[in-house]
Amino acid sequence: MLAEYFPILLFILVGLAVGVIPVVLGALLGPHRPDPEKNSPYECGFEAFEDARMKFDVRYYLVAILFILFDLEIAFLFPWAAVLGEIGLFGFVSMMVFLAILVVGFVYEWKKGALEWE
Amino acid sequence: MTTPLPDFALALPEIVLLAGACALLIFDLFARGERREGSVRFAGLVLLATAAATLFVLLGTGGALAYTFNGLYVADVMALLLKLGATLAVALALAYSRRYLHDRGLLKGELLALLLFALLGMMVMMSANSLLTLYLGLELLSLCLYSLVALNRDSPVSTEAAMKYFVLGALASGLLLYGMSMIYGATGTLTITEVARQVANLQANSAQHGFLVFGVVFLIAGLAFKLGVVPFHMWIPDVYQGAPTAVTLVIGTAPKLAAFAMAVRLLVNGLLDLAADWQQMLVILSVLSMAIGNITAIAQTNVKRMLAYSTIAHMGFMLLGLLSGVVGGNWLNAAEAYAAAMFYTVVYVLMSLGAFGMLVHLSGKGFECERLEDLKGLNRRSPWQAFIMLLLMFSLAGVPPTAGFYAKLSVLSATVAAGQIWLAVVAVLLSLVGAFYYLRVVKLMYFDDPAETAPALEGERDARVLLSANGLALLVIGIVPQPLMGLCFVAIKSL
Repeated sequence: MLAEYFPILLFILVGLAVGVIPVVLGALLGPHRPDPEKNSPYECGFEAFEDARMKFDVRYYLVAILFILFDLEIAFLFPWAAVLGEIGLFGFVSMMVFLAILVVGFVYEWKKGALEWE
Repeated sequence: MTTPLPDFALALPEIVLLAGACALLIFDLFARGERREGSVRFAGLVLLATAAATLFVLLGTGGALAYTFNGLYVADVMALLLKLGATLAVALALAYSRRYLHDRGLLKGELLALLLFALLGMMVMMSANSLLTLYLGLELLSLCLYSLVALNRDSPVSTEAAMKYFVLGALASGLLLYGMSMIYGATGTLTITEVARQVANLQANSAQHGFLVFGVVFLIAGLAFKLGVVPFHMWIPDVYQGAPTAVTLVIGTAPKLAAFAMAVRLLVNGLLDLAADWQQMLVILSVLSMAIGNITAIAQTNVKRMLAYSTIAHMGFMLLGLLSGVVGGNWLNAAEAYAAAMFYTVVYVLMSLGAFGMLVHLSGKGFECERLEDLKGLNRRSPWQAFIMLLLMFSLAGVPPTAGFYAKLSVLSATVAAGQIWLAVVAVLLSLVGAFYYLRVVKLMYFDDPAETAPALEGERDARVLLSANGLALLVIGIVPQPLMGLCFVAIKSL
């Protein structure tokens, strides 16, 4: 019974090692030349500490929404690809129809200029 | 392993519509010209093809009940007839509002595509045989309607209306989903016909029965929101008033058919054995809607808002038909009552199309016909339009020989047959209250002097002809109601 948990223990140990060792090695072996900019916390695109009610460009939303839309289809494509051999032509055609509908949306956003920043 | 192919032919209307809507979106991207002539014509063609496909399926199945997609989808006469009705309603709405939309710069490919996708949502709802299919259709419809309301994005009123509609709509969807999850928990299935089978075998007063009734309460709440009956009506006046009139015209018509289909699928197809439970809830909703709808409408000065309250009252009246189907576990009255409710819904959609269509028609460039004063002295300015509006108002009030009268009569006779005399009396009294504000419109049109500032009419000829046909159709249906009533009967019998 207990022996069956051994792979999990191994997994935890390896996971810890992979997580910890590079950080320790980096701290020990890497060059240290700190400056205030490097020591400040990193957050993409924004100041880390300021009023949350600030204005920012609405184009972020557009890009984010479009990204999510087209990113999610991958979630459908992976399982589909894994069992493609079993679901046959019907499964293949179903996914092609789904992708075709997505392409309609893609052509629309492209032509409307939603992909251009300026 | 090969998957057996589902019967795609049954879903032909939806397939045609989906392909058409996608093609329209692409077509419009590459179309030139300000008036969008090509795109509007394209949308008309898609609607025509959808109607043809629906007729084709209707003739193909010969009215037989048919399921496909592993029981997720049902094609029966009710679904197919309602689909034809909804397609017609959307087509008419588009025809009425073309010039209005163009004048306001709203006639874009997006509007047309959203209209078609909304219609697709309604069709999916009408053919749903699974709670999931139903929800899918409902969300497709609702999301399109939210965007349509917000289409005029520079108008603060429209934006506010869209925001309210969206937030409340999301809440209602949540309630509905919660109810569905309870039904699923009690029966272990999402297929509506299977739910019905499970409910029929259920012991009274078992734990599952409690679960089910709990779920039904939430289902009814979600349903009541979509129908817009009291106390889930708060969004209706604001959305009807805030949306551009052409969009109100769409929201107030075809989706009512879909909401009726949804009510029938959930309550009649799925939960008929629990009728004793849900009929009580519908009684409360119905009486409250008729009272609050009719009485509040009197105080309105905005015609769109007045018609919004009138919608609430009418949907309350329609519920009377739905709630008098089963009497003491006896289903003898069911076909009459549900057919009467369906007839009422169809006639209401026609009246609403006409009334909002007329408002759209009377609005000109830079002028919105939406206050009661705007209708003053219409008879002197354009007698024919005033006459059609008169017919519409008489029909909404239920004055014979218009269709509104016969619709009210058939619902009331179903209510009386169910032994609910007091409900029938209340309904008649509240309809009398309602007659006041419809007749006030008639008085304003015929006996008041036109305002100095009233602009000249500039309506299109096509829209005028169609509006006249719409108004006269109500008169014809009122005098010869049997064909439409017969169709409703066939539809309900096919369930």
